[in-house]
Amino acid sequence: MIAEAGLAALWLAAALSLLQLPLTVGHLRGWFDGARTVRSVAIAQGGLTLAAFAMLLLVFARTDLSVALVATNSHSAKPFIYKLAGTWGNHEGSMLLWVMVLALAGALLAIGSRRLSQHTLVAALGAQGALALGFYAFLLFASNPFARLDPAPLEGRGLNPLLQDPGLAFHPPTLYLGYVGLSVAFSLAVGALLTGDVDRAIGRAMRPWVLGAWVLLTLGITAGSYWAYYELGWGGWWFWDPVENASLMPWLAATALLHSVTVLAARGALRAWTMMLAMIAFSMSMVGTFLVRSGILTSVHTFAIDPSRGTFLLALLGIYVGAAFALFALRTGKLKEGAPFELVSRESALVVNNLLLTVILGIVFFGTLYPLFVEALSGEKLSVGPPYFNAVAGPLALLLAALVAVGPLLSWRRETRPVFKKLAIPALLAATALVVSLFAAPQIGWLPRFGLTVAAGLAVASWLPLIRTNPLRTPLATWGMALAHFGVAVAIAGMATDSAFTRERLAAVRPGETLSVGPWLVRLQGLAPAIGPNWTAIEAELRATRGVGVLILKPQTRFFTDPPTETNEAAIATMFGGQLYTVVGKPDGEGRWQLRLWWKPFVTLIWLGGGLIALGGLLALAGRAWRAVRRERRSRPGQSWTRKGYS
Amino acid sequence: MSRWLRLTPVVLLGLLLAALVWRLAHPEDTTIRSRLAGQPVPAFALPAALPGQMGLASADLKGRPRLVNLFASWCVPCIAEAPVLQQLQRRGVVIDGIAIRDRPEDLAAFLAAHGNPFERIGADNASRVQLALGSAGVPESFVVDGRGIIRHQHVGPIEPGDMPTILAELEKAR
Repeated sequence: MIAEAGLAALWLAAALSLLQLPLTVGHLRGWFDGARTVRSVAIAQGGLTLAAFAMLLLVFARTDLSVALVATNSHSAKPFIYKLAGTWGNHEGSMLLWVMVLALAGALLAIGSRRLSQHTLVAALGAQGALALGFYAFLLFASNPFARLDPAPLEGRGLNPLLQDPGLAFHPPTLYLGYVGLSVAFSLAVGALLTGDVDRAIGRAMRPWVLGAWVLLTLGITAGSYWAYYELGWGGWWFWDPVENASLMPWLAATALLHSVTVLAARGALRAWTMMLAMIAFSMSMVGTFLVRSGILTSVHTFAIDPSRGTFLLALLGIYVGAAFALFALRTGKLKEGAPFELVSRESALVVNNLLLTVILGIVFFGTLYPLFVEALSGEKLSVGPPYFNAVAGPLALLLAALVAVGPLLSWRRETRPVFKKLAIPALLAATALVVSLFAAPQIGWLPRFGLTVAAGLAVASWLPLIRTNPLRTPLATWGMALAHFGVAVAIAGMATDSAFTRERLAAVRPGETLSVGPWLVRLQGLAPAIGPNWTAIEAELRATRGVGVLILKPQTRFFTDPPTETNEAAIATMFGGQLYTVVGKPDGEGRWQLRLWWKPFVTLIWLGGGLIALGGLLALAGRAWRAVRRERRSRPGQSWTRKGYS
Repeated sequence: MSRWLRLTPVVLLGLLLAALVWRLAHPEDTTIRSRLAGQPVPAFALPAALPGQMGLASADLKGRPRLVNLFASWCVPCIAEAPVLQQLQRRGVVIDGIAIRDRPEDLAAFLAAHGNPFERIGADNASRVQLALGSAGVPESFVVDGRGIIRHQHVGPIEPGDMPTILAELEKAR
């Protein structure tokens, strides 16, 4: 019954989204006033998909094996938290999560946007409904999560053990909230182009959505990178794997959009460009969804291969993105020119920021799909890996980071003050870092060396916009910006030290023997079996020391029974100066065990930086929300939302 | 903004969709093809793996087509492969073995338990020949023609279902 209730809720939501289309068209044509109905329909849709997802959670929580999805992806012996997380650890469930976020975003848009023109809001809700309709159809016709099995099997097939990790519980939902949050920016852009109201108001309406989605994407990517780092046991934190790239591309577009939407909201400039970026950002999310679910890539992230699903998703992608881009081509010619600005101004700094981010996005996009283009045209097979991405995107990213030090100091429209004097201290620090690195570590590559240089300068420069302001009066958004930019410096410092100073050691050792890696001496004390809820393991005991004190690390090789798989659980010791990363591998049959050791100085700064960037975005979001609440209270005390004005 | 600039996104999207449609219609072929096929066997001379028997050198791989099998007594899939090799031998296939990182006593026990289809067995105690042959693991097999040219590489155990392929390759190498 639970599964059928979920399916019914999904069908109802699909029917409502279908209803939304004629209502929107009728309203925009002026046949009737459909604004309130469209908004109610959007809200009801959000509630129905939420209910459908809750039903799926429930069947997973109860391990109802008569539901095909549960039988293929769950197991009664699995810990409870992973039973729940298993809901989105598979294609159908994660697609339902995706659609739920899409519908809830539409509902929130219907509730929350009060300062937008009513026409644009209705058009945007219509666009959101149209998006949802396609994905409901995809769920109901090609990926039904509630399909039954008759007879029900006695036991489930279990979840991929790599996914049995606390990271799985949060990484996908966070990323989906971010990806699909961008759908609102897409719909608002479509709505604004339909009504022709591309102005500061649309910028202001879009900004919190972009900011929120961007914060979640930043968190999701940071968490995903850390997951790959500790769970795969390869010691790396970014592999330029196509699926990683698929998650990075929406983030790059969202980062550019975040900055250009600020220009639109504050100055009314960059109108057509911002609309294009809003469309690209969500298009990249859809491209990512397609790449992961069509079976054309092989990765830990891909779901069961099914070309018919791929065709369905590709059709949706073509229809939505094609329609949006066509609308852009038809309508942007009629847009009004934005406010002018001069060469040295904050606007132009943000334009350069956008250009660099877009070029990096292009590089990642091209690198990810280049093998496909080449094979389609010439039949030749090749792969594009880290050497290309690092060499091409790395320098541009550093250039961008250097610009981040300058941009926030410039004023809008025209800069007349002697701003560059302020940058003396950061420039001096950067130069010092460069010289010190030249003398202390002449052997490191130039990319990490300039990374350290830029990081040193930016770490100070990011706080300059706060100097000589009253800290209590400074808007929270400015604090958020400074913190996020500081986070960029921290992350770059981590990436640079990791790539320049990591020490690695791989050897076969007998119990009692000692290996050295960097400043550490690591002794293999012994090996013992260990046992978990649905796995058994060989656990090594390592004693690590660098002169004073002893650290005990216990890396494992785990054997899962359902499905039978072997994974490496790295043991990682985090301390102030870096991380000691240890993996135990296979025995060689003569009493020796493979040990893989890394000493990674300051590697944690990478994820700390990512966290700071997200926290900065969160501060900015909180600041904007607080201001909106205050403005609301001041202007119209005691009115209900249904009658609140659309200025 | 000029009209052409405004149309660029649509055009780029068209290209992307075309490439993706092509990929869906032509799924990626992930079979690994040997780069050694068509190459002569690298020169080597291995001592006998069992005392009092013949070793194996690249010069021995002349005359008639042969199957060269890389195996080891410590390799579990090799046990599964052993009956298939015996069937091949019964059908008249000449099989030479290269024992990877093995000890004579273990090897003798392995052959006693699972049968010995090999004409010659060379001992590759440092995996040198294995690396020269571009082999990543055991078992792995090569079809070598009468002039010492590698015609076919089979990665992993030869299963009963693979026998027709191996026999056909040997026939072609004649």
